[in-house]
Amino acid sequence: MPTLDLRELHNTEFPVPDEMQGNIAITSLSRIYNWSRRSSMWPLLFGLACCAIEMIATAAARYDLSRFGMEVMRASPRQSDLMIVSGTVTKKMVVPIVRLYNQMPEPKYVLAMGACASGGGPFKEGYNVVSGIDMYLPVDVYVPGCPPTPQALLHGLIALQKKIDGQSLANFDDVPWYGVGPSEPTPIPILGPDIIDPRQMDLIRQQAELAAAGKPYGVRDLPPTIKPEPAAAPKVPAKTAAPAAEPDDPEKAARLAKREAALARKRTAQGEQPTETPAPAAEPAAGDQAAPKKFDKEAMLAKIRERKAQKES
Amino acid sequence: MVDYPIVKTTDIKAAVDALKQKFPDAIQDDTRQGYGGIIVDKNHLVEVATALRDDFGFDYLSSATAVDYLGISDHMEMVYHAYRTAGGPALVFKAQTPRDKPEIPSLINVWPGADFQEREAWDLYGIKFPGHPNLKRILLWDGFDGHPMRKDWQEAYYEEDHKPFESRWPGGWVHRAEERNIYGKNVKYPADFDLSKLSDTSEESHYADLGLGVSVQKLADESHIKTDRLVVNMGPHHPSTHGVFRMIVTLNGETIEKLEPVMGYLHRNHEKIGERNTFLHNMPFTDRLDYLSSMGNNLGYALAVEQLLANGARYQPPTYRAECIRVLMVELTRIVNHLWAIGFLLNDLGAFFTPALYAIAEREKILDFFEATAGSRMMCNYMRFGGVFKDLPERIRGEATRVNDLVRDYDTMEFLTELINERLPRSIDELDQYLTDSEIIKSRTVGVGYLSPEMAIAYSAAGPLLRASGVPYDVRRADPYSIYPELDFDVAVRYNGDIYDRYLIRLDEMRESLRILKQILPRLERTRGEAIFAGNKQHTPRVPLGEAYGRVENPKGELGFYVVSAGDEKGPQNPWRYHVRAPSFISLTALGPMCIGHKVADVVAILGSIDIVLGETDR
Repeated sequence: MPTLDLRELHNTEFPVPDEMQGNIAITSLSRIYNWSRRSSMWPLLFGLACCAIEMIATAAARYDLSRFGMEVMRASPRQSDLMIVSGTVTKKMVVPIVRLYNQMPEPKYVLAMGACASGGGPFKEGYNVVSGIDMYLPVDVYVPGCPPTPQALLHGLIALQKKIDGQSLANFDDVPWYGVGPSEPTPIPILGPDIIDPRQMDLIRQQAELAAAGKPYGVRDLPPTIKPEPAAAPKVPAKTAAPAAEPDDPEKAARLAKREAALARKRTAQGEQPTETPAPAAEPAAGDQAAPKKFDKEAMLAKIRERKAQKES
Repeated sequence: MVDYPIVKTTDIKAAVDALKQKFPDAIQDDTRQGYGGIIVDKNHLVEVATALRDDFGFDYLSSATAVDYLGISDHMEMVYHAYRTAGGPALVFKAQTPRDKPEIPSLINVWPGADFQEREAWDLYGIKFPGHPNLKRILLWDGFDGHPMRKDWQEAYYEEDHKPFESRWPGGWVHRAEERNIYGKNVKYPADFDLSKLSDTSEESHYADLGLGVSVQKLADESHIKTDRLVVNMGPHHPSTHGVFRMIVTLNGETIEKLEPVMGYLHRNHEKIGERNTFLHNMPFTDRLDYLSSMGNNLGYALAVEQLLANGARYQPPTYRAECIRVLMVELTRIVNHLWAIGFLLNDLGAFFTPALYAIAEREKILDFFEATAGSRMMCNYMRFGGVFKDLPERIRGEATRVNDLVRDYDTMEFLTELINERLPRSIDELDQYLTDSEIIKSRTVGVGYLSPEMAIAYSAAGPLLRASGVPYDVRRADPYSIYPELDFDVAVRYNGDIYDRYLIRLDEMRESLRILKQILPRLERTRGEAIFAGNKQHTPRVPLGEAYGRVENPKGELGFYVVSAGDEKGPQNPWRYHVRAPSFISLTALGPMCIGHKVADVVAILGSIDIVLGETDR
């Protein structure tokens, strides 16, 4: 835990005498409220799968979660502010998870840790897997990775702290828990022949009627998938050329160019004539100016030394 | 009394011949291409199994699993792998049943370890086991529609039978699975679904036989004291259940009368997805089984598929250096796992997190090495059929923390030598010094959770749980694989069968692992620069038809992979059946009997001493 330095909170518009710097802060209510909330974010002690192991590693000595005031993991939902959904959410497990969430007092936050909790991950197609906890609960921060490294989780937690910093007491949408009456609980799913979201009852009833009438049910009518045929490519520029031309994403452009070239090579290898040359926009010219920054060890070392010298002086 | 020769050799064929002599009508050889073992007439299954156990010494049922041969021979089949705890290869026997009315007699009276595995076969395949006292769903919930591992059962996001799916490659521009489903979710309801009759029956069966709602008074009268039984639900959200595991405990005062494990809260359909995947696709999925020891899982799966490949052309076994690296990784994994297990056993005993912090500190060093070698701290996805995918790096650098931690740049061999010769022994000695003689630990663990050797074998317990009960059974010695035969190590064994011995045996095993690792280091030096992969790295040979069972001594016990390649020889390369014999899952069969008579506070300690991991238990 870093020592308390009130300069972090102080609003510089108001002068404070030199000798009291760091001891007195003049700040807004919102700011001190958010600061105290985000510095004692207690997570629910709650592990689902592989990601939980990395969460424990984050709490352990090397990565030391307590630097953020978050090491107090509470086993009771009633004492916790943050639910870290660390792992694959299954249909059987989502029922207790929603119950736990409902038992947490406001203000509460949800962090989806890892690919599974964010969108199903590698197990998405499984019959017992929920494609992401956001199907049932509102998620504040998604942390990608399978599993995310402790660094990534810390980054996600810092992102959550930033989100809290941005909330204002003056704006009711930011702090709805100060409204009248208790907040609405999230409806708890039912385990029937498959999991049932009570919010979808009407839709399920409607589909059951369709099924009873012998009509197709359960599947959405979708336009046919667009296959990128080489001849049709110039006619649908929105799909192929546009992303390549965007200057703010040179990596993607380079990737596309590479793929185009590989496809062309493959076509020639199969004896076909290449129907078109690779799109000019995909040439590396666009990528050059914003080429991905290479890690420069020397420069970084120099920077660190400089900073160290500054500190010492 | 016995009218046929009793054969107790490691020779499987002699045992089979003698068995045929005894049951001439009931047994025939499995003559399908690439298959082995015998097919037993299901009406004689119990007799044959009893004879196998009592007269032939196959006292340990390793794995029992179902296979659905829809479209090939239109029957379902139970496959059993039985071993002798004295060592030697498996006797594989199968029982077949028609698909429309699948029924196979239960073997629970012969091997109680078949309990959960038969319940799983009922849950996922719908095979009934007459004679099973508690045949109900185990991974899914009561009321679930259908038996999902059957070949004709399709999941909500079903696209095709085999990957790679046409729509994703080479077509591209695909609709997402949620878009195709009208609910926008991974759900599917039966056509005759009647919402008005909807009821959530998923919890009913857990409480039906607990005396709830029947007559509490009657229960109280039985025991002359006017007390009620108390039913306590521990889990699935509980700090000491090592994940999302649940136990329904019936208490009399504070004493446990009955304990029923409930699982499936992390059932992520490993096996169904595994059958859609190609063979190599499954390698990263095995990482996520026992996520603390991914390298060990990799090795088990690689061994199983290599067994299959060995029947075909163009297969080369792994090179010597690859085998050395595999053993290095697996033994390091064992240390990682046991450090973790000991740290969290202390957690369960009430010493919250501080011992765990000490125990897992050195684990980070090993993970650094994994990260530098395989690219990931935990999910290594490192082994391939015929070797490993990458050689050890020359130097170990921490990529992610390079800026903060400039000292993280070591020569790999120096790093390993220091780790194995100094850091890890020191860490293990430290745990030993602080914990072994601790008065509190002794009074909480000695004599608690006793499991007799006979019960351990009968319940198919594996790994440290089995060896702490005095059964010196270690797959590395009993049925050796890789280069273990040439390595010098002892099988750790303890005789008291309680929590304390299970703790001690983990210390012993880590020390034995260090002995192995010290022998591996010079081998790595000697083979430096040699090939780490046999054959062509770009091309995996076709997997020929047949079945294989690869098993390894994982930190948590015997991990087995039963892989079947069937169907069209020229067709897509997918496992027809991909089954994981998970040590955590099967060892839990013994949890109930171990807990009876103890206090409720001991349950978490007993569970911690088994050392389960839910990714593997539920799969």
